[in-house]
Amino acid sequence: MTDDARKVTVGAAARPRWSIRVEKRPEISPFWRAMAPVASIVMALVFGGVFLQLTGYDPFEVYSLMFKGAFGSRYGLIETVVKATPILLATIGVSVAFRMLLWNIGAEGQIYMGAFAASWVALSFPDWPPLMLIPAMFIAGAVAGGLWALLPALPRAIWGVNEIITTLMLNYVAIYWVDYLVYGPWKDPKGFNFPLTPQFSQAAWLPCLGTTRIHLGLTFGLAAAVAVSIMLSRTRWGYEIRVIGENPAAARYAGMDIPRNIVLVMLLSGAIAGIAGMGEVAGITHRLQHGISPGYGYTAIIVAWLAKLNPAGIVIASFLFGGLLVAGYAVQIFGIPADIATMLQGSLLFFVLGGEALARYRVRFVRVGVGKGAVSQAEAK
Amino acid sequence: MLSGSSTGVSVDAGAGTAAAAAANAGVDADADAAYVVEMRDITKRFPGVLANDRISFQVRAGEVHALLGENGAGKSTLMNILSGLYRPDGGEILVRGRRVHLGSPRHAIAAGIGMVHQHFRLVQSFTVAQNVTLGMSKPRFVLNMRAIEDDVARLSSSYGLQTDPRAKIWQLSVGEQQRVEIVKMLYRGADVLILDEPTAVLTPQEARDLFTTLNRMKQAGRSIIFITHKLDEVMEVADRVTVLRDGRAIATLDRKDATPGLLASLMVGREVGGAVPGKKAACGDCVLRISSVSALGDRGTLSLRSVSLEVAAGEIVGIAGVAGNGQRELAEVITGLRRVQEGRILLRGADITNRTPLEIIRCGVGHIPEDRLGTGMVPNLSIVDNVILKSYRSRPVARGPFIHAKAAREHADNLVRRFQVKAAGLDRPIRLLSGGNSQKLLLAREISANPGLLVAVHPTRGLDIGAAEAIHHVLIEQRNRGVAILLISEDLEELAALADRVAVMFAGRVMGVLRRDEWDIERIGLMMAGSATADTGHGADKGDRVS
Repeated sequence: MTDDARKVTVGAAARPRWSIRVEKRPEISPFWRAMAPVASIVMALVFGGVFLQLTGYDPFEVYSLMFKGAFGSRYGLIETVVKATPILLATIGVSVAFRMLLWNIGAEGQIYMGAFAASWVALSFPDWPPLMLIPAMFIAGAVAGGLWALLPALPRAIWGVNEIITTLMLNYVAIYWVDYLVYGPWKDPKGFNFPLTPQFSQAAWLPCLGTTRIHLGLTFGLAAAVAVSIMLSRTRWGYEIRVIGENPAAARYAGMDIPRNIVLVMLLSGAIAGIAGMGEVAGITHRLQHGISPGYGYTAIIVAWLAKLNPAGIVIASFLFGGLLVAGYAVQIFGIPADIATMLQGSLLFFVLGGEALARYRVRFVRVGVGKGAVSQAEAK
Repeated sequence: MLSGSSTGVSVDAGAGTAAAAAANAGVDADADAAYVVEMRDITKRFPGVLANDRISFQVRAGEVHALLGENGAGKSTLMNILSGLYRPDGGEILVRGRRVHLGSPRHAIAAGIGMVHQHFRLVQSFTVAQNVTLGMSKPRFVLNMRAIEDDVARLSSSYGLQTDPRAKIWQLSVGEQQRVEIVKMLYRGADVLILDEPTAVLTPQEARDLFTTLNRMKQAGRSIIFITHKLDEVMEVADRVTVLRDGRAIATLDRKDATPGLLASLMVGREVGGAVPGKKAACGDCVLRISSVSALGDRGTLSLRSVSLEVAAGEIVGIAGVAGNGQRELAEVITGLRRVQEGRILLRGADITNRTPLEIIRCGVGHIPEDRLGTGMVPNLSIVDNVILKSYRSRPVARGPFIHAKAAREHADNLVRRFQVKAAGLDRPIRLLSGGNSQKLLLAREISANPGLLVAVHPTRGLDIGAAEAIHHVLIEQRNRGVAILLISEDLEELAALADRVAVMFAGRVMGVLRRDEWDIERIGLMMAGSATADTGHGADKGDRVS
C-alpha cells in the first residue's frame, strides 16, 4: 500500500505542470495589516464598478454622485451621522460578543426589541416629564435588548447550543413581533392604516443637535465606544473576556467562570443593540413603525469585521457605512436603485474577509514535477 | 560560557580530534549518492537570531542519525527547512544526489521526507485512518475507509506500531498519537523520517517500543533523523550523531566514537554538573489527602480507581507511570478541572472535592498543567497579561473593577527578573518565548501566589538541560520552604533526583508508594507495567479494598 501511495505521488509529479499553492505567511507585516481594510474597500468599489458598468451605468458618475450625496453637503453629512448612530451602537454591541468568540448575529432582533420596549414606555406614560421618561425608555430598551440576547445565551452557556443559529432565528421573531404590534393592537387609529403607532408625546423625544436630526443617540454611541474600550483594556472583566476569547482552556484553568461570562457578555451585547433601537424610536421616528431598522444589525457585523473589533475603528467605519446608506438613497433620485449600497456592503464583507485571508496567506504559482519527487518553483508574488 | 568552535571543547582533546576525523572520513568516503539527504551550508535568519549558520548535514540510507543540541541550538529550524516548512536564506538541499527546492511539506513528502512534529498535526475528532488519509490526493473520489483501515492496520503492525485505525484521536494517549503521526508519514511513502524530540512525550517503555520500531524501519532501508537533547537516547539508538550548538554544526560522529561526556560537552560547550542541591527531609503536616478517589476519563471510562495518596508539607511526592494511566486525571481532580465520582480530597483538612477551579486556587493550590501553552498560558496575550492570569482578582493587581496596569507590569517585571526569563519585552506575546522561558514564567506565576500545594505535571518535558535544572532548583527551593509538591513525571531520573516518595500508577490505580530509601528502579518498572505492587505501599492497599 505504501508503495502504491508512493507511485501516485511520484507519477503525478513526473509531468511538469503549474499549480497554485496557498501557504501561510511566516510573519504578517504591520503595513499589510493596516492596508488590508483599505485594500478591501478599494476592491469592493472596483467590483461594484464593474457591476454598474455591465448594467449600463457609468461607475465614476454613480460613485461621485454617491460621494456627494453622503459627504458633499450639509444635509448629506447630517444624514450620514444620523444613519451612523444606530450602526455604531449595534456594532459596539456585537463587537463585545465577538471578542469572546460569541457570534451574536442577533443585533437586528435586539434593536427591534429595544425599540419595542422603549415605545411601550413612551406610549404608556406619555405624561411623565422628559427627565423621567427618556431614562426610563433608555433602561427599557437596554433591558429588552439584553433579555432578547439572554434567550440564546442561556442554552449556549448551559448546553453549548450554537448561538449563531439561535440569535439569527430570533431576529425574525422580533421583527414579526413588532410588525404584529404596528399592524394590529398598537396601530394608530388616525394613521390612515399605515403600520405605525401613534406619535409619542414630546417628552419622549430625544433632544437634537440644533435644528438637525442628529440626536442624543449619537452621544450614547460614542459613550458606549469609549466605555467598551476602557472595559476591555482596563478592567478585570474585560481581561476575562480577552482571555476566554483567546484560550478558553486557560480561562478555565485560571478559575474563570465561562458560562457566567457568556451570559453576561451576551446581556451587554444585546443591551447596547437595544439602546440603538431606543435611539431610533425616540430620536428619529418618534413612534414605533414597520421596518424601524433597515438591517443595521446586519451591517454591524460587517462594520465590526472591517474595524477588527477596535472601538476607535468602529466609530470611523460606522460613519463610512452611514454614508454608504445615505449615498444609496441619494442616487435613487437619479433612477439608480438604492440597493447599490446594499450590494457594496455585501461585497465589502466579502473582500474584508478575503483581505484578511490574503494578509495571512499568500498564493503562489509553482511549477511542479521535475524529476523524481523533486520540485522546482517560481515565485510569482 | 560557550566556546565558539569544537576545538575549544575542554573535555577530552583526544576524543575531540577523533570526532573531527570521523566527521571528515564520513564526507570523504561517501561523497557520492550514498547520502539520501544532504544539506549544504544551510543558513536561516529570524528577526534578531541567526538560527542556522552554514550548517552542513548528511543522512545515509538506512541509518538513525541523531541531531543533538540544546533548545535553541537550531535543530528544529534545520529540520523545518528539510521538511519544507521554512525556506533557507542560503545553502542547498540534495535528495539522492539531486538538488531540490522544498517549498512546502507537500514537496518534502513528494521527495520522501516526512516529519513528525513535537506538537502533533492531527484532527482530534477524526479516526486514526481518517487522519492518515487526510490531505492525500489519492483516492480522488470514493473513499473506501474499510480498505484504508486495513492498510493502516497492516502498515502499523509491520513496524510494531500498535494502533486501532478506528479509534478517534482524542481518545488516544500522547504516545499513541505519536504512532499515528509516524504511520501517517509511512503511509505517504516517507523514507526519510524526521522525529522532533519523539521521546519527550513518551514513557520509558513507550520509548523502548519506539526504538524497536526505528530499528525495524532502519532495516527496511529507511533513514531516521532523530532530534533530541537526551544523551542516553543518542547512545542507545543512533548510528551517527550531529551536534548543533548556537546554530552551527559542531561535529558529526559515529556512535562508536561518542561517549556521553563528549557529547554533553560538545552540546553545551561547558562541563555539565547535573547534581541537585542538598536534600532536606523535614516533612511537616499532611497538606493533601486523597482518599479512594475515582473519576472518569475523557472516554467515559473509569480512569482513576480508588486512588489514595498523601502529600505532606515540605515533601515532593512523585507520580511515576506510563502516560495514560490516570496521571493527568489525578492532577485534574485535585485542581477542580475534572469531577470526582467517588471519594474525597482534603486540603489541610478542608474538603475540596468537586470544588470549582477558582475555589481551589483560592485554597492555595498551584498547578503547572501538562499542556503549558494550551492550558497554562494564553499564547497571544502579552507577558504581563499572562503573569496576572491568577492574580488579577486581588490587590495589588486589582483595583476595584479595574486592573492596575502599573502594578501588573511591576509584578511581571519582578518575576521575569527573579526567574531569569529571557524576554524581549513585557508586551510581547508569550508565544514568542522559548519553551524553557515560558515554563519558567509559568512556574514563577504559580509560585508567586505562595501556594501550599503545587501540582506539577511534566514540568521539564521538552526543556533543555539548563532550563530543566532551573525548574528543578525552584521546585527543591519551594519544598524546602514547606510547600507540598505533587510531581507527575515520566522521567524516572527526574523523580529519582527530586522526589521524597514516589507513587507508581497503573491503570488508574496507585500500585505502590516507595520512600526515597526504598528506591528500586526494577520494582518501579514492574509496577509501571502493572505486574507488581509494593508491599510497603502506603495507601495502595486501602484503595484496593474500597474498589
